[in-house]
Amino acid sequence: MTEQPILVGYDGTDAAQRAAEFAGERAAAIGCAVHLVFVLEWSPYSFLSTKELEERHQRRTEELSRAEETLKPALEALAKLKVPVTSEVRYGHSGELICAIAKDKNASQIILGRKGGSALGARLLGSLPLTLVQASPVPVTVVP
Amino acid sequence: MFWKKTAAASTVAFASAVLPHVATAQEVTLDEKINQVVAPVSNVIAGFMFYSVPVAGTDFPLIVGWLVVAATIFTLYFGFVQFRKFSHAIALVKGDYSHPEDAGEVSHFQALATALSGTVGLGNIAGVAVAVSIGGPGATFWMILAGLLGMASKFTECTLGVKYRNEYADGRVSGGPMYYLSKGLAAKGKPGIGKVLAVVFSVCCIGGAVGGGNMFQSNQAFQQIVNVTGGPQSVLAGSGWLFGLVMAIIVGVVIIGGIKSIAKVTEKIVPLMAVIYVTAGMIIIISNITMVGDAFAQIFVGAFTGAGVAGGMIGALIQGFKRAAFSNEAGIGSAAIAHAAVRTKEPVTEGYVALLEPFIDTVVICTMTALVITISGELNSGLTGVELTSAAFASAFTWFPLVLALAVVLFAFSTMLSWSYYGLKAWTYLVGEGTGKEIVFKLFFCLCVILGASMNLGPVIDFSDSMIFAMAIPNIIGLYFLMPVVRAEISQYWDKIDRGEIRKVK
Repeated sequence: MTEQPILVGYDGTDAAQRAAEFAGERAAAIGCAVHLVFVLEWSPYSFLSTKELEERHQRRTEELSRAEETLKPALEALAKLKVPVTSEVRYGHSGELICAIAKDKNASQIILGRKGGSALGARLLGSLPLTLVQASPVPVTVVP
Repeated sequence: MFWKKTAAASTVAFASAVLPHVATAQEVTLDEKINQVVAPVSNVIAGFMFYSVPVAGTDFPLIVGWLVVAATIFTLYFGFVQFRKFSHAIALVKGDYSHPEDAGEVSHFQALATALSGTVGLGNIAGVAVAVSIGGPGATFWMILAGLLGMASKFTECTLGVKYRNEYADGRVSGGPMYYLSKGLAAKGKPGIGKVLAVVFSVCCIGGAVGGGNMFQSNQAFQQIVNVTGGPQSVLAGSGWLFGLVMAIIVGVVIIGGIKSIAKVTEKIVPLMAVIYVTAGMIIIISNITMVGDAFAQIFVGAFTGAGVAGGMIGALIQGFKRAAFSNEAGIGSAAIAHAAVRTKEPVTEGYVALLEPFIDTVVICTMTALVITISGELNSGLTGVELTSAAFASAFTWFPLVLALAVVLFAFSTMLSWSYYGLKAWTYLVGEGTGKEIVFKLFFCLCVILGASMNLGPVIDFSDSMIFAMAIPNIIGLYFLMPVVRAEISQYWDKIDRGEIRKVK
């Protein structure tokens, strides 16, 4: 049993599901834990209307509980594989946050799925796998 | 009844707009009719609000003195907080003290940006032009001074806005003067006075919302549209009601229909427009850098001599003070409503952030507009309002009136959205919450968009000014009572910083 967990970027999509399963198999083989990270994209410098300011705290509570719900099936699936699993939901920039958490948790690697967007789209809009490949402090595996 | 009249008169107005040669001088358009009906009412209100006393041979409106005296008292009482804590305010906005666990909540930056989008707008473009066209370049000096002093008023009211806000069980957060007046004064053992002030404030806030926050905006947006489509010869001239109707429908779609996409688009474009406006202004100033010294000389000399201005120095001072107050709304109480939703355990932090608002709005943007107008030499062209600003920018960039027209319409629109919210909060404070009650206010708000676009500049400015300034009477009385509460907040906050309980996270 190693102390270094595998970090999985998870958002409830099919791609994320595949990444979680892939990570579960690896973790079972290595004998390490899996840590699921659900990032809600957020910038403290975005612009909100007055109405949105009023409702922000309420919306945030709702978004957090929805994210926790989305995490549940993956947590259960990993628990069935007898893999120790933890999770967290965070607000922020997904690339920066996942790198920061990988350092904090002393993760051995990061695994995430890809949604299969076009190369052009990824170049124009940026993509999380590309960002992490560029910036991650640990090896990154992208599950197709 | 009103709609029947509208339908009949609109045919006339439409015909005269499409076929200008048919229109005769005797013909009374719908716009003129609306003007005739509303002007006497707004004149009475403006006459009451701007009760003036003769000072040095000119009339000095007491309400302007009320705001400046309050700003001066807060500046002294809090020991020039706007200068001493300016860098702390910047650190707070940057998020240096924001706890990472609060990500996803309303940040200091967001509260400031939203409050600014409610104040940065026509006051900075049209209002400044009115000030310098009546008060001369010297009005700029007094405007800057009033802006700097106003930072202390904003600090006081926004700290209280957060301290006495409401946090509802469902997670919504809202506050504002009506709550700090009622709750704050109740805590001081004066629930009666507090309640009265809160009610008076709410009534005035509704007036301010439909006046300066609505009618002034639609009026100036329409003027600018007429301007870029050919001035008096424009096919749109005289059909302000039509423009107002279109604006009213768009505003209605957002605030009644809850269509977020329009608001979202505006939110993205408005900051861009602000950047374009400031950049264009800076380019004009820098490319005429040799004239800046002369412009500042005109501003300083004009401020103390009032050369060539009706009322001399006092005339310049009144215009400068009036426009600053109208533009940055310090002491008016409106911003406290927007700032109240921020995520912070320390109310005073939002006060520090809020004091940046008059600085950005008045000291930076208004001054820039005034410099551009002074440099351009358009001041003696006989123009006023947004037309003057437009002509001043056009002297450097001939295409700029088109950009400015778009900016003015968008600024007007975003300011209307902010004020519809302020007005609604005041309305629900008075009559209680409920979908039906809220719809009544929103419909009335949309109707005022049409009225504003139909009226002449004079009555609209008078009404807007008077209602916005009226909010300052109950608000500032309350602030005087609650000043010690803010001082206590300041000392406990800095104690925590000294003890290391609150420290930078970055």
